[in-house]
Amino acid sequence: MTERINGSSNKRNMVLSFIALAALLVLVYVLDIVIKPTSSWNNLMTCLEKGTIYALVAVSMNLLNGFTGLFSLGQAGFMLIGAYAYAVFAIAPEDRTTVYQYYEGGGLIHFSLPHMLQDMMGGADAFGGAIGYYLGIILLMIFAGLLTAGIAFLIGIPVLRLKSDYLAIATLGFAEIIRSFFQWEGLGPVTNGSNVLRKFASYDSSIFPVLVAGVCIAFIVMLINSSYGRAFKSIRDDEIAAEAMGVNLFKHKELSFVISSFFAGVGGALLAMFQNNINASPFTSNMTYEILLIVVIGGIGSVTGSIIGSYLFIACSEWWLRGLDKGEFLGIEADFMTPGFRKVVFAVVIMGIVLFYSRGIMGTKEFSWDGLFNFFRTLPARIAGIPGKIKAKFSAKKHKKNTKKVKEAQ
Amino acid sequence: MNKENVLRVSDITMQFGGVVAVNNLSLEVNKGEIIGLIGPNGAGKTTAFNVITGVYAPTNGMVELNGSVIAENHPQGKMKAQYKGENAGKYTGKTVLTPDKITKKGIARTFQNIRLFKGMTVLENVLVAMHMNMKAGVFGSALRFNAAEEAKMREEAMDLLRMFGLEGNKDDLATSLPYGKQRHLEIARALATKPQLLLLDEPAAGMNPQESDELMHLVGKIREQFDLSVLMIEHHMQVIMGICDRIYVLDYGALIAEGNPEEIQNNPRVIEAYLGVDD
Amino acid sequence: MELVVKWLPYILAGISVGGQFALIAIGYTMVYGILRLINFAHGDMFMIAGLIMVYMATALPLWMSVILVLIITVVLGCTIERVAYRPLRQAPRMSIMISAIGVSYFLQNMALYVTGGLTRTYPTIEWLQKNITIMGASTKMVTLITPVLTIVLVIALVLLIKRTKIGMAMRAVSRDFETSALMGIDINKVITVTFIIGSFLAAVGSILYFSNYTGIMPTSGSMPGLKAFVAAVFGGIGSIPGAVVGAFVIGICENIIKGLGLTTFSDAFTFVLLIVILMVKPTGLFGEKNIDKV
Repeated sequence: MTERINGSSNKRNMVLSFIALAALLVLVYVLDIVIKPTSSWNNLMTCLEKGTIYALVAVSMNLLNGFTGLFSLGQAGFMLIGAYAYAVFAIAPEDRTTVYQYYEGGGLIHFSLPHMLQDMMGGADAFGGAIGYYLGIILLMIFAGLLTAGIAFLIGIPVLRLKSDYLAIATLGFAEIIRSFFQWEGLGPVTNGSNVLRKFASYDSSIFPVLVAGVCIAFIVMLINSSYGRAFKSIRDDEIAAEAMGVNLFKHKELSFVISSFFAGVGGALLAMFQNNINASPFTSNMTYEILLIVVIGGIGSVTGSIIGSYLFIACSEWWLRGLDKGEFLGIEADFMTPGFRKVVFAVVIMGIVLFYSRGIMGTKEFSWDGLFNFFRTLPARIAGIPGKIKAKFSAKKHKKNTKKVKEAQ
Repeated sequence: MNKENVLRVSDITMQFGGVVAVNNLSLEVNKGEIIGLIGPNGAGKTTAFNVITGVYAPTNGMVELNGSVIAENHPQGKMKAQYKGENAGKYTGKTVLTPDKITKKGIARTFQNIRLFKGMTVLENVLVAMHMNMKAGVFGSALRFNAAEEAKMREEAMDLLRMFGLEGNKDDLATSLPYGKQRHLEIARALATKPQLLLLDEPAAGMNPQESDELMHLVGKIREQFDLSVLMIEHHMQVIMGICDRIYVLDYGALIAEGNPEEIQNNPRVIEAYLGVDD
Repeated sequence: MELVVKWLPYILAGISVGGQFALIAIGYTMVYGILRLINFAHGDMFMIAGLIMVYMATALPLWMSVILVLIITVVLGCTIERVAYRPLRQAPRMSIMISAIGVSYFLQNMALYVTGGLTRTYPTIEWLQKNITIMGASTKMVTLITPVLTIVLVIALVLLIKRTKIGMAMRAVSRDFETSALMGIDINKVITVTFIIGSFLAAVGSILYFSNYTGIMPTSGSMPGLKAFVAAVFGGIGSIPGAVVGAFVIGICENIIKGLGLTTFSDAFTFVLLIVILMVKPTGLFGEKNIDKV
């Protein structure tokens, strides 16, 4: 796979990766400064941020579905836990009475970790204050992840004993239970019931979600390439053989489930920050389906695929296909292009991918520098080969037709 | 030879509903022995393997490895009324270890219908089998704090691949190997768990006489080099007779004969089971 | 007596909803029995059937709309099977499940586009909406009709499966897919019939359900769909009487929970039930055990 014992090319690839990542971060940073929120290019920033967050969630789902073979559909529920765990503890005390307006005294919780650390380290205007603020955000995100992971651990004990489709439906069920639990009025003083949570601390540079998601995805990739990752893959490929080779099925499934949920929780917290408000109602099975479809588009079992899939998915639904809703797309104008049409087209494309291109963009392959160089090295030869290929295809078709004719004649 | 007992199977009965797949089977494997388990198709050989490796919990009976119980059961619940075997009252305990625990205790196996990890490379297939003995935890392993341990694992895995002539295929997908090499890889993978007892389920199936001859020598070599015992199911009589110290013969789930190759070859009940009776 | 007066409406509502879930659940359980597929799109089919009725009734007389709804839903069901499931018959189970999720996503987005995201009101079928009084509790006709109609349809279905040739073929296919194909059973025909029955019952269910809860949204199908699936699992997937019993249990329990004032948890209850049954008896009430072959 991606790992090569070959030392020199390995080193070169590492250097290349670092350069590419640094360039990417600089680019995001520059774009973030250059693009004004009012400009039409702001779509790019929206897609970049949301795509990055979805990439993290999709990769975490892929860890389960693609690398451990557990068809889990609980992702939206786990994101919900993460989002709430973050938001509830990040609303400044002075805003609590407005946010929790239906609850006496602004709810039960009266502190915000980011704001508290900001004050402790010098206040809103000081540099130290800014560091305190972000430290608070990061600590809360870790808390969100840990809480999600803890709940996933408990859910995993009964659920992971189930097989394929039963597991899918049970995790879907738990996600629904989680959702109704967070909407329960009895928990209102903490979760604000079915009302929106808002005015919580958030990042102000797009580079933050990119960095966080990047670190998380890097960890997942390293995990997949470790001995534990191999154990996960062995479970995916053949449970009985994996068990016969000494892999403790339950332990490893639980491990994969908990780690995946941790990152889903972190993703949920990022999503909350991205949206600036959070409410339990959109975290339905439909959201899980969307993430699953991203994983499928990218290729089940490919991290790079999930990342590419997320950006494509988000860019299409938030930006490129917007015209389909407004009556004009690529210069074509039509009356039937009314709001919602974009999603129909989108769904058709996705069905097409699922049916005719089920391996997705990447299949189970990963991006590698060797692969990229190889691609460009062989590109001229392949382009030169295209006419021949077409010819071959045509003659094959002709041959088919002819044999058919012969058969019919017989 | 010093007869140190490795595996002892006592009075195993395996019943699925009303069907008795294995009936009151007892067998022993001593240290360093190669034991054959033969019988016509459907005689319950693979089921016996599945009981020994913990895939199925026996309906009645006991399995011990080096004197410690790895499986014990007696008819319970609904099975009490349905039970058709013998020795119903002999065992009282219930021990059911999962297959991974049994592998950890020292029994490794191969599968009759090759079960390699399809999406993984040849090297990775072997490395998986070493996972259970790894000391590092998830974080240590993911963050590469155990680089030395990982390197050692890879080295050992490569040694195993070399022994089976698979070193050139290490980065190929396991399923892209030709059939015979897949069988070899299954054995290499089983050996990577560092077993004391190796169970081979029809290792020579689908091989031509020359290949099976090579396999026979390989099994002998494995016994010497890894200091282990072997219990094998095989249909190629040439292989079985050529290599086994003792042979057990199963028919309709029950043991019908036991002895060294010569005794088995001349045993009228075995001949009857394989060829039928002349009327 | 006071207890009866207080609880009877809830129990009646429960039986009624249970009957509607039962009609959907049969579609799930039959498809699962034969294809080993959770047809995630089944709940959305049910919603689409409701929407078709909404749009039909604006132009056509009610009786004609009802008939057309039944026909169109059946055609839609078979089309989905043809387009989204049949090409994947040899593919791994995960792919076909993903395809089902894709269809569900498509149907919901289609509904979102057509309705513009607005809640549509189901046309009133006078006869079903008539108020009647049972033991002092006032309720609608549909509450009474649903369980009766459900039982009648289930009996007809069971007779079909037990007594006819195609029924026998269905039983054979659900036992062993490959062997039945080898025995000369036309698998595709059996699957089509399964989808016809499932879609037909879902359409009937949708008429009854939406006569009761008159607002239809693109997401209206997913919850009843999931609940009906849980009912099928509860009863033992593949078993028709099981699905019906499961549906009634869920319908009644859910309404009792509502009666206790815990409406937020009425949905969650269904899934708690699912998880409990999967833990305790994964094969459901009437299901059969399968042993993995090694």
